[in-house]
Amino acid sequence: MATVTFDHVWKRFGDVVAVNDLSLDIQDEEFLVLVGPSGCGKTTSLRMIAGLEEITEGTLKIGERVVNDVPPKDRDVAMVFQSYALYPHMTVYDNLAFGLKLRKVPKAEIDRRVREAAKTIELSDLLTRKPRQLSGGQRQRVALGRAIVREPAVFLMDEPLSNLDAKLRVQTRAEIARLHQRLKTTIVYVTHDQVEAMTMGTRIAVMNFGLLQQVGTPQRLYEHPVNKFVAGFIGSPSMNFVQVTTGREGDRAVLHDEAFTVPLPDRFREAVGPTTGRSLTLGFRPEHLAIGPVGDNAATVRTNVDVVEFLGNEELLHLRAGHHDLVAVVDARHRVRPGDVLDLGIPFDKVHLFDDETGDSLAEVKAVSAA
Amino acid sequence: MVRLGGAVRSSLAQRLVALTGRGVLHVVVIGIALVWLIPSLGLAVTSLRPPGDIAASGWWTVLGQPRFTLDNYAEVLSSQGLAQNFLNSLFITVPSTILPLSIGALAAFGFAWLRFPGRDWIFLGVLAMMIIPIQVSLVPSLLLFRTLGLTGSYVGIWLAHTAFGLPFAIFLLRNFFVQLPRDLIEAAQMDGASSLGIFRRIIVPLSVPAIASLAVFQFLWVWNDLLMALIFVQQPSQQPLTVAMSTLLSTYGQEFNLLSAASFILMVVPLIVFFSLQRYFVRGITAGAVK
Repeated sequence: MATVTFDHVWKRFGDVVAVNDLSLDIQDEEFLVLVGPSGCGKTTSLRMIAGLEEITEGTLKIGERVVNDVPPKDRDVAMVFQSYALYPHMTVYDNLAFGLKLRKVPKAEIDRRVREAAKTIELSDLLTRKPRQLSGGQRQRVALGRAIVREPAVFLMDEPLSNLDAKLRVQTRAEIARLHQRLKTTIVYVTHDQVEAMTMGTRIAVMNFGLLQQVGTPQRLYEHPVNKFVAGFIGSPSMNFVQVTTGREGDRAVLHDEAFTVPLPDRFREAVGPTTGRSLTLGFRPEHLAIGPVGDNAATVRTNVDVVEFLGNEELLHLRAGHHDLVAVVDARHRVRPGDVLDLGIPFDKVHLFDDETGDSLAEVKAVSAA
Repeated sequence: MVRLGGAVRSSLAQRLVALTGRGVLHVVVIGIALVWLIPSLGLAVTSLRPPGDIAASGWWTVLGQPRFTLDNYAEVLSSQGLAQNFLNSLFITVPSTILPLSIGALAAFGFAWLRFPGRDWIFLGVLAMMIIPIQVSLVPSLLLFRTLGLTGSYVGIWLAHTAFGLPFAIFLLRNFFVQLPRDLIEAAQMDGASSLGIFRRIIVPLSVPAIASLAVFQFLWVWNDLLMALIFVQQPSQQPLTVAMSTLLSTYGQEFNLLSAASFILMVVPLIVFFSLQRYFVRGITAGAVK
């Protein structure tokens, strides 16, 4: 059981900055997911916790101990590799026992722990097999087991599900979440898949270009993204973004676009200010667009339906509004057809506004400064 | 009902059809094998025939008048003293194989997986040593060994063979080691293995094919070596088979019975080594490690 603390950590490979001034507190017993597009520095950050990558600058603590110069084997962390990295010449049993043997754990104790771990991950029948005799899913479980058996303070997982097929991935996702609830060990989990991040993490840290963008619970990131990148990265399908200009219509402040005009929601009034003609990005999620009559709290936008993807319980609509491509998710009972003209409601309380230059969320800037 | 998967138990006809597909290749391979095998077969047959028969007829006539004897072997081994030379050869070859292999493997591991300044330059330097001909360094080595007092024992020739075997050993093993998945080495690191532990428990077991083939190479090279043995082993009682053979050749140039028996003794050991290590030449030893 331990916390992991990044304190202004940098990682440079020559001139390339892989991790840029990362400060992050990972709580004890937390399931923290590091997520971001490839090359965003998430794996490098994980490998720094593991001790497989040296820290260029800053301090990294596991628990209360600064581990910058502690070799991997003395950090009390275990890692599940993306490739599993099973020892091909050893049986499953020996793969699990390897770390314990090296640590001179008594034989009887090794046996007890290996069998217990094997039971946890349902590998008891396969202990005498070699990795090449196992299926992909079984290999993945051995890799998990090898980490469990060590009973480390922190689990590190580097995209452990990326080599599994879709069905097995969903299943294993739940298994890992269950494992976390049972073992109550700190887990740092790296993925590029925001669905994995949303479903598994107690908190999510979104990274891009080596910079930490936002840390928070899945709900927080979904509802209050701090910038356009997080807003677009979290949520599937991604948020719609529309370029708008601030203006006035009578005595009301509005957001203009060639296709539609939206009254400026009250909560943004302070952040936007009285100026007109300021260029902003309006964001709204596909699942918040509604068909049918809208009340006072929504703006209507007229769209042409391009493509309809039927998903069973809902439909994914690809729409055109002016020169914008929008995506909406609506209930399947609407039976929308390509070519239809649809009036969609954008609810005011669900829209986001982003500064065009910095990409920062206007509402969040205010919320953070208030907090 | 049509049975699917007919390849599960193929009939003789199916197998013959499959064979014709590779027929040309097989003919070529068998042809090459025969060309290589016939002289050895002739040598083996000759060494087992009485001297009179050897002088009278070619070895291929042996089926017409099958008469075999082990006298030739008894003669070279005992009265010509080749038994001692045989032991000398083993005594030179075994350490001269094990030493460069173990030192080379450790060095190769360093060049492949440890980080230290100038690593790749030093490796290039080692590669450059491969182009130095042995002949160039014979005299300096001999002078050095004399100064160090290493002549008169086997240590000199062990060191010489080790030194000349190392660059290639390091080159071959390093290139094999770097191809092992990095994740495996990192996983072992996380599991608590030291560098030496990784070498011993991960690298070596996974590199058995490379190590075995290198062992065969080095063994053959040392076993068949004449030049270095002539230079570095001066006492006649310590000389290996190759040197004894050349002496035998100059003394008994016409005694084919003795020469063929001695040659066959010289030849059979590398064959034994090759076939006993053959089972380690397996591919796909890292299967199941990653993905």
